[in-house]
Amino acid sequence: MTANQTQKTKPSELVESVAIRFAGDSGDGMQLTGTKFTDETALAGNDLSTFPDFPAEIRAPAGTLAGVSGFQIHFSSHDIHTPADRPDVLIAFNPAALRANVEDVRPGGMVIINIDAFNQKSLVRAGYQDDPLPELRERFKLVEIPFTTLNREALQGLGLSAREVDRCKNFFALGLLCWLYGRPMAATERWLGSKFKGDVLEGNLRTLRAGHAFGETTELFPASFVVPSAKIESGTYRNITGNQALAWGIVAAGVQMERDVFLGAYPITPASDVLHEVARFRHFGVKTFQAEDEIAAASSTIGAAFAGQLAVTVSSGPGFVLKQEALGLAVMVELPLVAINVQRAGPSTGSPTKTEQGDLLAVLFGRHSMSSLPILAASTPGDCFHTVLEAFRIAVRYMTPVIVLSDGYLANSAEPWKIPDVASLERAPVRFAEPMADGEFKPYARDPETLARPWAIPGTPGLEHRIGGLTKQDITGNVSYAAPNHGRMNELRKQKIEGIADALPPVEVDGPDSGRLLVVGWGGTKGSITAAVEAAREEGLEVSQIHLRHLNPFPSNLGEVLRRFEKVLLPELSDGHLALLLRARYLVDVQSYSKVEGQPFKVAELVDAIRKLHAA
Amino acid sequence: MAAEAAKVSRKEFVSDQDVRWCPGCGDYSILANVQRVMPDLGVPRENVVFVSGIGCSSRFPYYMNTYGFHTIHGRAPAFATGIKACRPELSVWIVTGDGDGLSIGGNHLLHTIRRNVDTQILLFNNKIYGLTKGQYSPTSNLGIRTKSTPQGSIDHPIDPIGFALGCGATFVARTIDVDAKHMQEVLTRAHEHKGTAFVEILQNCPVFNDGVWDELQDRKTRADASLVLEQGQPLVFGSPGSLRGIVLENGIPSVIELGDDEDPASRGVMVHDERAPSASYAGVLATLQRPDFPLPVGVFRAVEKPTYEAMLQAQVDRAIAERGRGDLQALLNSGDTWQI
Repeated sequence: MTANQTQKTKPSELVESVAIRFAGDSGDGMQLTGTKFTDETALAGNDLSTFPDFPAEIRAPAGTLAGVSGFQIHFSSHDIHTPADRPDVLIAFNPAALRANVEDVRPGGMVIINIDAFNQKSLVRAGYQDDPLPELRERFKLVEIPFTTLNREALQGLGLSAREVDRCKNFFALGLLCWLYGRPMAATERWLGSKFKGDVLEGNLRTLRAGHAFGETTELFPASFVVPSAKIESGTYRNITGNQALAWGIVAAGVQMERDVFLGAYPITPASDVLHEVARFRHFGVKTFQAEDEIAAASSTIGAAFAGQLAVTVSSGPGFVLKQEALGLAVMVELPLVAINVQRAGPSTGSPTKTEQGDLLAVLFGRHSMSSLPILAASTPGDCFHTVLEAFRIAVRYMTPVIVLSDGYLANSAEPWKIPDVASLERAPVRFAEPMADGEFKPYARDPETLARPWAIPGTPGLEHRIGGLTKQDITGNVSYAAPNHGRMNELRKQKIEGIADALPPVEVDGPDSGRLLVVGWGGTKGSITAAVEAAREEGLEVSQIHLRHLNPFPSNLGEVLRRFEKVLLPELSDGHLALLLRARYLVDVQSYSKVEGQPFKVAELVDAIRKLHAA
Repeated sequence: MAAEAAKVSRKEFVSDQDVRWCPGCGDYSILANVQRVMPDLGVPRENVVFVSGIGCSSRFPYYMNTYGFHTIHGRAPAFATGIKACRPELSVWIVTGDGDGLSIGGNHLLHTIRRNVDTQILLFNNKIYGLTKGQYSPTSNLGIRTKSTPQGSIDHPIDPIGFALGCGATFVARTIDVDAKHMQEVLTRAHEHKGTAFVEILQNCPVFNDGVWDELQDRKTRADASLVLEQGQPLVFGSPGSLRGIVLENGIPSVIELGDDEDPASRGVMVHDERAPSASYAGVLATLQRPDFPLPVGVFRAVEKPTYEAMLQAQVDRAIAERGRGDLQALLNSGDTWQI
């Protein structure tokens, strides 16, 4: 039997953009439901942005606030930058999910609940004293649907256990939402077909279609909605998350630089997915190594770099700080590698699944003594791909470890990504030092332009040499404790890193080149800041914006750009790390707007901050 | 080529750097013996890498005219794993000490041995911290008085051989700084072994723990204080007139006296088998400690297991054979895409 496309009998309403949040227990499959809805939305041609927000616990006790997992998707017929401050629609699978999320919903928005999950016991477990529904009916469009019952009815007669049947109910909801917003379901059906077989496949397909048909026939929804496709730059698109883009960037580096990749890593949230994803690509010549700890992950990576591999390690805050001693050695021996920090909320274990930008000063200054190295930050999920590629090119060209900063928000958020044409990506084949028949090899003789030392790898006759953490004599690399030499080597390393700025593109200002207010950002806050700047401009405020990828060294024209504005606002998900650096470096009165709650900025709070500073 | 390789001399493995260990340090003889065996191993000099951590022993790579990497405290095995994983054709040697390897670096030593990465691990055991000037180490004897233990150490020491066996080592040996011939044999065996070869080298620190191995170094006491392990030979030690053997009863080893003409086998003396499939026999040998027993020297265990780098390379080769070399554009376009 083929899926019978029912004739549309209900009217449809045109809307420009919608934000939907799926919420349920950690085991309810909310992340999966959201991801599949995202895929269908992308195929429908909307611009979109997602925000998965889930607890660190794998399965907290069912029905409790601690176990609520959420996935928000914002999609639109125009260009959007964030997952939206407030959802227009909430789908809550139980009272806890309702209680944890309902106050975020736009006043008058739609709240769809699984009424089967609402009883005295579950209300108490969620912390409700009284039945919350009467009050919510006043404030929201409350739609009560017996998802559990409808799903069980749809799956009658299949050879599935009661537990297996109930596990399918998220796909009933998905089918319903697909009807409500005119999404196709073919990609989800294909995915189910590749993932399951037999009765489990049949059960999921049946309930998905039943949910769709329910939308068409129920009187709960008088109309469906149409969100026309967005007008975005032409090309081939796909959805991508930040972690996936980091992983693919790592694989791409091996191809574009014509050298195999080694990834040493130790599992840590929210960076582990990069290791998982890269591990799938052995056929690209990629070797992944799950080390015994963070220190071994960094150390093995430096060993791989010494051996001539494109080497990379990935971690998150608490793990990253454990790598700092090894990174100091990499600075000293001047070997090329990339170290990625997918930042999370801290300090210490903090909130592993929540986002933050709190590691900038740690990665810049967290090694002892003078050990400067380049730092790049990705600004969107798709930008993670290009940032990693650039990091590898800088690492090899300047013979230095390079740090890439991502964050928990970018890591798991998805956006439509214009697939790059590989032929258009920069190729930068690795060049090693050539064998020498005679003469003395000088491991610390430098390229006059970049100040990089040669990359001389084991197996090359005539280049046998020793490197290590002890201070090295200029040119020869032999151990030296001579005072002037120590100063000179420090200076050379510093000059080398500072010199990278000469090759960086100048900062480009979005909006007027000078004027009343400049909003500066870096990393994963780009979407929120861009949306806020656009909103402020719509209010008639003159606002300019820059967003930095290069945090060390800064682009050469940065100070001059900052000084052209009367006011500078710097929103950061930390207590103002970049603001501190810019004030110190350029003596500009940068105003920090900081938030450290483990959550991304809301557009509204940034618009507010812009208004205030503009008027000040 | 082979003829040319044969002409390589010890001198070619000597770097131009001045050796800076204390006069009388056991490290000098270890360095000399490593440099002496190198030409006979048949590995081109450019394919040899020495990796070390921190400590007196870890200065070793600077004195070898090969590739060398003096890394950070305790982490040499992790660096070496990265090197060997990427470049299986290289001969990778790890030089460490009792503090570097068994204290700060114990975790890495454990996991490198467990993974059976094909490297040679030379652990110089002088039962003391030298470079930090004389604190007790994880192998120091209970009660030792040092700067950091003025009332005597209350740490129970760890035995490196027992540790390596516990990690599942496929090759475990012990030798001593003053016995050049024995050390060269052990080093050669270690190099020939496919997999992690763990070698404990008893080494004297003349400044901070002088004489700790005296009875094994002194020719007069060596025969009674040590038990030389030889494949297929009975566990007999001592000198004619005072020969003794090791027997095992209910899993407990003990020493029996033997007549000069007595057949050890007839008395139940154990016969050495480094290739015993179970590690329990080698484990018993590792418990033989002074003063109740002679200290065994030689190869405790030598068995074959797949190496980490070979299995990793095989995964890459198989993936390429099955799927073809990865195509980046195809990867980027994989899954659901749409045109705008």
